[in-house]
Amino acid sequence: MTTVAIVGAGPAGLRAAEQLVRAGLRPVLIDEAAQVGGQIYRQPPAALQRPAKALYGFEAAKARALFERFSALQPQIDHRPGTLVWHIEGRNLHLLQGEQAASLPFDALILATGATDRVLPFPGWTLPGVFTLGAAQVALKAQASLIGPRVVFAGTGPLLYLVAWQTTQAGGAVQAVLDSAPANARRLALPQLLARPSVAAKGAYFLARLQLAGVPVLRGVRLLRAEGSDRVQRLHWQQGTRLQRSDCDAIAFGHGLRSETQLADLAGCVFDFDELDQAWLPRRDHAGRSSVAGVYLAGDGAAILGADAAEHSGALAAQALLNDLGGSAPAAAAPAPGQTAHRRFRQGLETLFPLPADWAAQAQDELVVCRCEEVTAGELRACVRDTGTRELNRLKALTRIGMGRCQGRMCAPAAARLLADAAGCSLAEVGRLRGQPPVKPVPIAALAAAWSAPGPVPAEERDD
Amino acid sequence: MTEPASRKLRADVAIVGGGIVGSSAALFLRRLGLSVVLLERGLCGAAASGVNYGGVRAQGRSPAQLPLALRARQIWSRLPDFIGIDGEYLASGHLKLARTEHDMAQLEAYARSVHGLGLDLQLLSGSAFHQRHRWLGDRAVGASWCPGDGHANPRLVSPGFARAARAAGAQVIEHCEVREFGHDGQRFLLDDGQGLIVSAPWLLNCAGAWALRLARAFGDDAPMESIHPGMAVTEPVPRFMEVNVGVEGGGIYGRQTARGNCVMGGSRGAASHPLYAQPRAQAIVELCQRMSEFFAPLAHARVIRFWSGVEGALPDHQPVIGPGTRQPQLLHAFGFCGAGFQTGPAVGEALAQWVHAGSAALPLAAFGIERFKSAAVAAPLHSLPTPS
Repeated sequence: MTTVAIVGAGPAGLRAAEQLVRAGLRPVLIDEAAQVGGQIYRQPPAALQRPAKALYGFEAAKARALFERFSALQPQIDHRPGTLVWHIEGRNLHLLQGEQAASLPFDALILATGATDRVLPFPGWTLPGVFTLGAAQVALKAQASLIGPRVVFAGTGPLLYLVAWQTTQAGGAVQAVLDSAPANARRLALPQLLARPSVAAKGAYFLARLQLAGVPVLRGVRLLRAEGSDRVQRLHWQQGTRLQRSDCDAIAFGHGLRSETQLADLAGCVFDFDELDQAWLPRRDHAGRSSVAGVYLAGDGAAILGADAAEHSGALAAQALLNDLGGSAPAAAAPAPGQTAHRRFRQGLETLFPLPADWAAQAQDELVVCRCEEVTAGELRACVRDTGTRELNRLKALTRIGMGRCQGRMCAPAAARLLADAAGCSLAEVGRLRGQPPVKPVPIAALAAAWSAPGPVPAEERDD
Repeated sequence: MTEPASRKLRADVAIVGGGIVGSSAALFLRRLGLSVVLLERGLCGAAASGVNYGGVRAQGRSPAQLPLALRARQIWSRLPDFIGIDGEYLASGHLKLARTEHDMAQLEAYARSVHGLGLDLQLLSGSAFHQRHRWLGDRAVGASWCPGDGHANPRLVSPGFARAARAAGAQVIEHCEVREFGHDGQRFLLDDGQGLIVSAPWLLNCAGAWALRLARAFGDDAPMESIHPGMAVTEPVPRFMEVNVGVEGGGIYGRQTARGNCVMGGSRGAASHPLYAQPRAQAIVELCQRMSEFFAPLAHARVIRFWSGVEGALPDHQPVIGPGTRQPQLLHAFGFCGAGFQTGPAVGEALAQWVHAGSAALPLAAFGIERFKSAAVAAPLHSLPTPS
């Protein structure tokens, strides 16, 4: 029996599972969340269940369709919710389900590991009450709660407007939406955004609704600092020469998304620098084959293209996998828009919501970049100045950036930008952090209990 | 990348390998006034020298290695004088635990074997021992305590030696892999295949687990294998351990940093790449089992990173330090079997003395490559093909 494992039960993973089941396989679907859906279609626990329309807005029909298909297929899927893949070694996945460690040998693997917020820190971002946009959305969807009664939304990217609108719908007071993108970006981005007019129209709708509700929506904003005694109470910001202050109980911020690529790294995939995502991404062919035979990549974990493209790429990767296994692949379940439209639209989003180009140059020396190890921008610059460091792993070794609990998942994009700026080289040249297990912290006790009692120490391992 | 397309460099000494041994040799050579070119394939101090456990202990070293280890201790205690940073070096002492009375007898036997060699050992047991290290509970019956030992941060120290060597005037060239080794009768010739040719009358082979290619090019050989120690670091936990801890019979060792993270080593990883190693899942589980067994305060802690590195090891657990058997003015220093970080600075100093004065101030005879003579290559000098 061929074991195909899928990591990630978001739109890409679910579509891949569907294709595999149609071909007569029984895939193992592994996901950290308690229920399928991924981040975009995250499902609340039963006690907090609400209608799909309330949870997913315009995307309710897609979410419902995905869940319904999953329900129908569930008997043919070995679903492992609440499970972390903490290491990949050869053809083995190493799992942690609660406090229970296990391993799973596989013949083929689809990585649909999704994305998290891309964070460019600002002074005060470590205060209680400051959340990422993704976290603010998790609070809404899964916990049916706001991150605070009065919220400021800051940063840039489509999520900025979506989550702000969702917050108003949930009864929150949105104090302001502060977009770092320049005011002329909309005009420049329009031609590319028309690659997917219906998605562009939704974005325009959120913006219009926010403005109708009287929410100040400002562009070309620079965040100066968040302040508060025990938690955030206000945000200082600047638009042009105008200095402003917004009082608030919480801030949600982010600068687009970054792919979760640690498992692809541990699987040994080759990475290339992607100019659009401004990040190193695992190499894949048009169908999602990685550089490692038997390992496939799909969804936002491979490149940030959004949920619709993720569904498409999940199905495509599964078909490639089935072809490679030598079986007969069923035709795609439904015609999906081509990747080129998704990619052109994504380019439009980058034009509409560009990362603040001067972020690294503007970051003050006191700014904490790595909150796990409390490393500041000034320490990173001093390291570059004193040691001539030009490479991200060397910066990590010398400053501890990315060495803490998050292993760089949060701070690496910012650290890479600061390094490139300080060393006068490109983002591609500074490289990327080499992945090490575990993908997320794992309890010693759980791993110690994974296998039988410890045997005697072999003579050749008697280091002391 | 900014180097000119073609150039020739001449120096008194060429060094291959920018780990702690090669870098400290470069530093000490400069202090003696000799000119140095150091070639490093990657970044200096990024392989075994930079990713090891960070133990700085003389305890447990063979009697033959103790003069080096004790001289190294003097350098460690004045590290800022040599490299300008303290490298988080802490003279915490090293506590080697005995699980059983049999293990305690082993520790006593070691203490007898190094008696009079200058190592500051105290054998501890009974209530005084248990009260001093309460976190141990009854998991050890006693220990051998070496107060002059300690630990440091290898990620800072090893690149620090290379920076200090550069600051002292050594030409340190990173991202430079030597493709061809030769000798013109007067000088060694090192060619990186990219237009750089380094010539020098002396050559130091400090290439760690990859040193055999150079050794073989000059007719020497040794039965070296690569080992991949399994390492882990926990999230920060409240301070419970002031000392660097090892265990008789081995398999586990640990230290706690000022931030509270515990760095733990034990078991074996595996090569994932010719230049890197990755911890095997089995080694990770074994390491966690040994951590659970000995370090009760970590019962509820999490590991944030496992890693490994590539180290050279020889069957008698002693390094190769000393001259080549066929080519004069070639010195080898590799295969430290886990001792390279602590002894490295003293080895670098000894190599520099050898070049400068024709011999080292410390006895090195036990480490000659000729002890593996049966392994020597029968091929003529310089005729080995360069690997593609």
